[in-house]
Amino acid sequence: MAKSSIKLRAKVKDDVVEVKALIKHPMESGNRKDKKTGEKIPPHYITEVVCEHGGKTRLTASLSGGVSKNPYVSFKFKGGASGDPITMSWKDNKGESDTVEAKIK
Amino acid sequence: MSSSRRLFLKQTTVAGSAAIAMGAGLLTPQALLAEWNEAAFKEKDVDAAIKAMTGSASSEESDKIHIKAPDIAENGGVVPVSVTSDIEGATDILILAPNNPVPMVAAFALGEGAETFARTNIKMGKTGDVVAVVKAGDKTYTAKKAVKVTIGGCGG
Repeated sequence: MAKSSIKLRAKVKDDVVEVKALIKHPMESGNRKDKKTGEKIPPHYITEVVCEHGGKTRLTASLSGGVSKNPYVSFKFKGGASGDPITMSWKDNKGESDTVEAKIK
Repeated sequence: MSSSRRLFLKQTTVAGSAAIAMGAGLLTPQALLAEWNEAAFKEKDVDAAIKAMTGSASSEESDKIHIKAPDIAENGGVVPVSVTSDIEGATDILILAPNNPVPMVAAFALGEGAETFARTNIKMGKTGDVVAVVKAGDKTYTAKKAVKVTIGGCGG
């Protein structure tokens, strides 16, 4: 993949790392209908987002079709330092996935 | 997350969910099924969904949970919700929208060192509450905030 589907930003402030991520994904809930054909659009959404840092899982987020298109996920953790690598990966209900690594600012 | 809870969930959900997943051509890798709580994300009842996710039957309302969400959401497709809490020892944060076709929207399992904070954007089909659940130890705490939706975000 030329460009990652995840935009990952992590910043240290007062000992706390704030992680913000924007993932490009349609997040189809399966409830929507195609306006032209009237057929249901099959569900296609991210089920799991995992963020790791320093060999530890800092967050495991379970998402569903109820999360907005191109989901934004943000959380905070203690124990990170500027320059540390941080990785985030997602999986969806079709078995697709992506991973990205960033450095904490 | 205790192993007994995992076992319980496996026993109760694997048979049904695997059949559904196969029928819909959505069979996902085993590791994913084990992690993603399908039962909770299919449950239509709010209390049952919370129970399926946390394993805790009773929850009490708490003023220590702070939900930040707009009073009026112009676009139900993108409703920013952030949850913070002062509750000690929180391990999970759940976000639910009871008026959606599927109430359970997102669940955040806090890892080592994680602050009790989660933010994401959710879809809301119509005006209703946003419910936040924080799990700490064996207890679950809930709080809610009303959001008025002018244009729904679920269904077309």
